[in-house]
Amino acid sequence: MKDELLSIIEKNSRIDFSELAVLLGTTEEEVLKTLFELEKQGVICGYHTLINWEKTSIEKVTGLIEVKVTPQRGKGFDDIAERIYNYPEVKAVYLISGGYDLLVILEEKTLKEIAGFVSDKLSTLDSVLSTATHFILKKYKDHGTILNKNSKDEREVITP
Amino acid sequence: MREFLSEKVTNIKPSGIRKFFDIVSEMKDAISLGVGEPDFDTPWHIRDEGIYAFERGKTFYTSNSGLKDLKEEISAYIKRSQGIVYNPASEVIVTVGGSEAIDIGLRAVINDGDEVIVPQPSYVSYVPCAVMAGAKPVIINLKAENEFRLTPEQLQSAITPKTKMLILPYPNNPTGAIMEREDLEKIAKIIIENDILVMSDEIYAELTYKEKHVSIVSLDGMRERTILINGFSKAYAMTGWRLGYACAPDWLIKQMVKIHQFAIMCAPTTSQYAGVEALKNGDDDVKMMRQSYNQRRRFLMDAFKKMGLDCFEPFGAFYVFPCIKEFGMTSEEFATKFLQEEKVAVVPGTAFGDCGEGYLRISYAYSLDTLKIAIARLEKFINKLRHK
Repeated sequence: MKDELLSIIEKNSRIDFSELAVLLGTTEEEVLKTLFELEKQGVICGYHTLINWEKTSIEKVTGLIEVKVTPQRGKGFDDIAERIYNYPEVKAVYLISGGYDLLVILEEKTLKEIAGFVSDKLSTLDSVLSTATHFILKKYKDHGTILNKNSKDEREVITP
Repeated sequence: MREFLSEKVTNIKPSGIRKFFDIVSEMKDAISLGVGEPDFDTPWHIRDEGIYAFERGKTFYTSNSGLKDLKEEISAYIKRSQGIVYNPASEVIVTVGGSEAIDIGLRAVINDGDEVIVPQPSYVSYVPCAVMAGAKPVIINLKAENEFRLTPEQLQSAITPKTKMLILPYPNNPTGAIMEREDLEKIAKIIIENDILVMSDEIYAELTYKEKHVSIVSLDGMRERTILINGFSKAYAMTGWRLGYACAPDWLIKQMVKIHQFAIMCAPTTSQYAGVEALKNGDDDVKMMRQSYNQRRRFLMDAFKKMGLDCFEPFGAFYVFPCIKEFGMTSEEFATKFLQEEKVAVVPGTAFGDCGEGYLRISYAYSLDTLKIAIARLEKFINKLRHK
């Protein structure tokens, strides 16, 4: 049941307990218990909303920054990752295999602010060797959701 | 002018579904719960394989019975799902949807006057195809109290010395009924005793919500007297690709291939390449869709229970078949009035046989959001009827 519950709320976190219970063929009590457990275990880390900011009047710029760092003895990449992810403007930090080490996703109001973050805060960290910054021009799909989808039921209204 | 038309054809009633379709199509902003095809798009990797087939210029006929790779995948699929082995070279034929397999399977075995037993309510094609093949259809009226399963008593009483074939339509459209191993064992015993063939239409085999589907071919002595029909439409959401297949002993397939060869040539080549991909790498897609259908099924059963609408719990396909006898209307009257007053289209049970009277087919091949709106309207409608 856990897996199915997670796959439902990953797509729709607003669904209420009673409906979840119906869809999963179980009781509301059981749903509540499971959700609580999953939250406690840190499996469920939050209930967020996917917003297409491009359609609002709020300006946002997203930067993807590839960061090469020197890992520290005994700590690996964890300490430097923590120094970076503690900045509230940093939306995500991933350790990446391949040509660079950390992928940092940054959200700011302007391009200039992102540039400022990279030059003032990120590059000046001791273990950071180099950075390469990319700006997102358009989001087509995010969190498994196609952002500008025109879905129309193409089926005939009655079929055998 | 002389009378040119074939009597056999003119005597066939047009599909009851079609008749209802005409009313719906004239109506603006109606919600339909009337379709018998998945609401999912064909999974992208399968479509991509179709595109790739075009790009590589795979635009020629395949061999009549189908691409070797596809027949091998079909054979492997039946082996892993039912434990039965069919020789891909001689016991598998790829057809234009399951519907063609029904047609040529009947034509391959029927002599004029042979009887074919058709349990109803069931898919609209069996009776006309049997008639076109020259058979006399013998109808069994399935009953709600048996959860629309075929009982051995009903089968026994329909058999005559002229009976040649039983059509076994499970998981069932329109009722959502399934037949489990114990049910099938009793049927198989009678079939073997009376030396009859079975056409087992298992197009919804992947869509069951209890145990995994059991095919009658997996029972002792049944593989040699069964035409197993399946296809890609329902499991992989590939209705428009027109791709199905039949597995049967070689003496049967040989004759079916003849009809197919002269009437059809071969199933669409692109679709066959896409079908290989579906069987090879489509298990996760099927699982995802099955889970989604099952959630909707539970939602509908719960909603019916809350509004006090009588409905047995179906465990297959993507239909529920609620009973509306309490309202004292025919299925067609109910469906028409429901459409006119609440703008929701459902299919009257009678479209699937006379014994569907008093029932409606509601498809849950729709998003939960659509189902919620439609069910709210249904509740409003039946409350109005009850308070009259």
